Amino acid sequence: MAVPPLAHLMLSALLFTLGMIGVLVRRSALIVFMSIELMLNAVNLSLVTFARVRGNVDGQVLVFFVLVVAAVEVVVGLAIIVNIYRSRQTVDIDDVDLLRG
Amino acid sequence: MTRTLAALIPLLPLAGWIANGLWGGRLGRRAVAVIACGTVGAASVAAALLFWRVETAPGALSRVDLYRWFGAGTVQVAFRLLVDPLSIAMALVVCGVGFLIHVYSVGYMDEDPGFARYFAYLNLFMAAMLTLVLAGNLVVMFIGWEGVGLCSYLLIAFWFTRPAAAAAGVKAFLVTRLGDVGFLLGIFLAFGLFGTTDFTVMTQEAARRLALGGGAATALALLLFAGAVGKSAQLPLYVWLPDAMEGPTPVSALIHAATMVTAGVYMIVRLHAVFLRAPFAMDLVAAVGAITAIFAAACALVEPDLKRVLAYSTISQLGYMFLAVGVGAFGAGIFHLTSHAFFKALLFLAAGSVMHALHGETDMRHMGGLARRLPRTAGAFAIGALALAGIPPLSGFFSKDLILAEAFRAHIWLWVVGVAGAGLTSIYIVRAFALTFLGGSMRNLGEGAHDPPPVMDAPMRLLAGLTVVGGALGWSFTHPGVLERFLQPVIAEGATLVPRGGSGAGEAALVAASLLIAVAGIAVSWRMYVRRTLRLGSPWLSNLLRHQFYVETVYAAVVVGPARALARTAAAADRSVIDAAVVGVARSIGRAGQSLRGLQTGYLTHYAAFILIGAILLLVFWVSR
Amino acid sequence: MAILLFVVVACLALAGGVGVIASRRPVHSALALLLVLGSLAVDYLLLDAQFIAVLQVIIYAGAIVVLFIFIIMLLHVRSGEDPRIQAVLSPVAGALLCGVFGLAVLVVLSHAAESPASVGEQFGTVQMVGRALFSRYLLPFEAASIVLLVGMIGAVALGRRLSDEAPDRGRPIPAPEER
Repeated sequence: MAVPPLAHLMLSALLFTLGMIGVLVRRSALIVFMSIELMLNAVNLSLVTFARVRGNVDGQVLVFFVLVVAAVEVVVGLAIIVNIYRSRQTVDIDDVDLLRG
Repeated sequence: MTRTLAALIPLLPLAGWIANGLWGGRLGRRAVAVIACGTVGAASVAAALLFWRVETAPGALSRVDLYRWFGAGTVQVAFRLLVDPLSIAMALVVCGVGFLIHVYSVGYMDEDPGFARYFAYLNLFMAAMLTLVLAGNLVVMFIGWEGVGLCSYLLIAFWFTRPAAAAAGVKAFLVTRLGDVGFLLGIFLAFGLFGTTDFTVMTQEAARRLALGGGAATALALLLFAGAVGKSAQLPLYVWLPDAMEGPTPVSALIHAATMVTAGVYMIVRLHAVFLRAPFAMDLVAAVGAITAIFAAACALVEPDLKRVLAYSTISQLGYMFLAVGVGAFGAGIFHLTSHAFFKALLFLAAGSVMHALHGETDMRHMGGLARRLPRTAGAFAIGALALAGIPPLSGFFSKDLILAEAFRAHIWLWVVGVAGAGLTSIYIVRAFALTFLGGSMRNLGEGAHDPPPVMDAPMRLLAGLTVVGGALGWSFTHPGVLERFLQPVIAEGATLVPRGGSGAGEAALVAASLLIAVAGIAVSWRMYVRRTLRLGSPWLSNLLRHQFYVETVYAAVVVGPARALARTAAAADRSVIDAAVVGVARSIGRAGQSLRGLQTGYLTHYAAFILIGAILLLVFWVSR
Repeated sequence: MAILLFVVVACLALAGGVGVIASRRPVHSALALLLVLGSLAVDYLLLDAQFIAVLQVIIYAGAIVVLFIFIIMLLHVRSGEDPRIQAVLSPVAGALLCGVFGLAVLVVLSHAAESPASVGEQFGTVQMVGRALFSRYLLPFEAASIVLLVGMIGAVALGRRLSDEAPDRGRPIPAPEER
């Protein structure tokens, strides 16, 4: 018997929530970044699920592009984190409040 | 030809104003004086030429339209000049006396740093006055009317760093403005009644459109008279003229003796057709004139300042002119206007010479015995004084007695008041002469005093000459004089002529009576102030006169006080309400912005939370649908 | 059979997710992330997305996690969090917020879940996805390559060490030796 799509979607929602909690609660920039990756993967899962439900491969094509962009984002984001660490000796995101209004 | 000449008369001084106003500072005194006097002189020549044309073609009226100014529907207003005997006569007086005073000013203002500014203003005044005199309709006249008011303010407050001068200028402007409101309302009413304010139309249509003694005619006449009361300093709007003596003396001579203040008289004569349809208004004009004449003469009796005496004298003599036009003697009014221009300007210029010699002193209590040091000035003043008192054969005698004769014919009490005023006139002018020129000389005030230089002296001599021969314009009391015959075409139109020429004996008796009073006045004054044998003591009366019957105090309490209080309230309201509202809006926006700043915490976590909240709200919205 | 596999995969994924956000050390979080990624790859296979599953392993597990580990090593980062200093957002509030959000998402998604359509054998294969990529989605494909190029350049530019950079201290944190 096949797995009902709702189950996949529930998993996706749970993973997304977990990732979001990580973004809001943790203070280390690297952990936050990893939580973001978790969220992206959750979304990928739901996309693939819907592609399967509709029988249309476009969802998987979109996942392909999400993958590409996620890769680039990780590269650039980590470079920024390295820079911040070099100038401030910290990766605590609560320390980086220079854009305070 | 006529068109060009007529246009040139006001335009030449206007060009002088522009030239001296814009470049006067760089031109040097000689050039400024040449430009100023030259433009007025040229205007005089143009006026003389126009006079020649009018003389050779009598009864010819010329309407000169310079351009179509504005119009709305059926109401069309053109910038129109009117060339007829009346306007030419006035223009000649204004240009002639004005030219002499311009020349005099070159000497008087010689050391003043505001030389160019003075002549620019004076030229502007001439342009405005000539516009007024040559105007073809009420609107153009109003332009000149306001223009002379403005120049009066500018010139009274010429030495504007002096608080007294600045205040006097403002007072003059505001008081005449009150009258101008009436004048403006009269213009509107004229538009309503006639559809136009053109003088020829109004003169011809007055009998048809205005019922004799009707409300429309009376209202129109009274409104226009209100303007005259302000501009010509009659009761109750006279208070600005004595204070206007803060300005340079030639200004007083020109504006406040010979020209601007006579604009009211001229206006009434010009619109005599309207006034003749409102007998009540005419009576009021005559009454106001008579009362003003005696009131001002009384005030002049105790005035210590020489120029202020002459100011009150002007107010009084203007009262005589209004008395004349009020009883319908328009020719007599213009005649007295002309002769008064001569001798009053002469008196003022002589007073100016005295001030020039004494370096600005005007208080007669500090003068005395100047006849020895300034013989020519004293002589000029004496001639003017005798003319003012009405002694033959000077011009003042003829013009004043003509008015008194006409007044007698109208109402006897007007004559009585007029003669009493004449008596007081003799007293105060001899007093002024005695205190200034006779008696023991003052301590060291008169040390460097000398007669004025030729540039100031020559105009005085010319005016003295005009005063002496001016009587020729109307020396008979039974037959119309030269001036009156000249003005006849204008005055006759639209008016039902009151036949003149009473019995010769009756006239002679009146003349003799008034002459007797005048001489008696001179004698009384002589004994009081020269021989000091007569003393009139009455402290109550003296106080009353000294404070000008407390008119100014009443004004201060009733008008000025409340006006100032209102102004203070308005200023406070403006500050606290309007400014507060405007600033309050700005500040509240600022405060809102400040409070919004709190959202920009700089913390990534907060921003993420905000995004999350927004997303939740969106989802809730979708889910609920 | 499939259901059993799915249950295992789901449990592993959730455990890994919790591990990512709850680990004290970054390296542990990275390894937990690896666990999640692997589980999801298997899940993709269950959903007939073979190509995506392989890409997941290659790109995510193979490159991105490695990158994370490298950076952790480079920065000597412990946890980066000093428990003595308070966070700007209370963790409870954050968790609550996310819970609400998750519920809402779930409700939305549940409305969209239908029974799966029938697909052929070719569904999700490299050929099928590739055909779509090179025909209908050619423009985004090219754009993606440019994005990659720009990202590379950006990373190199950002990673340069400028000689005259002076470190700018932020909030005072205790020296690492004291921990």
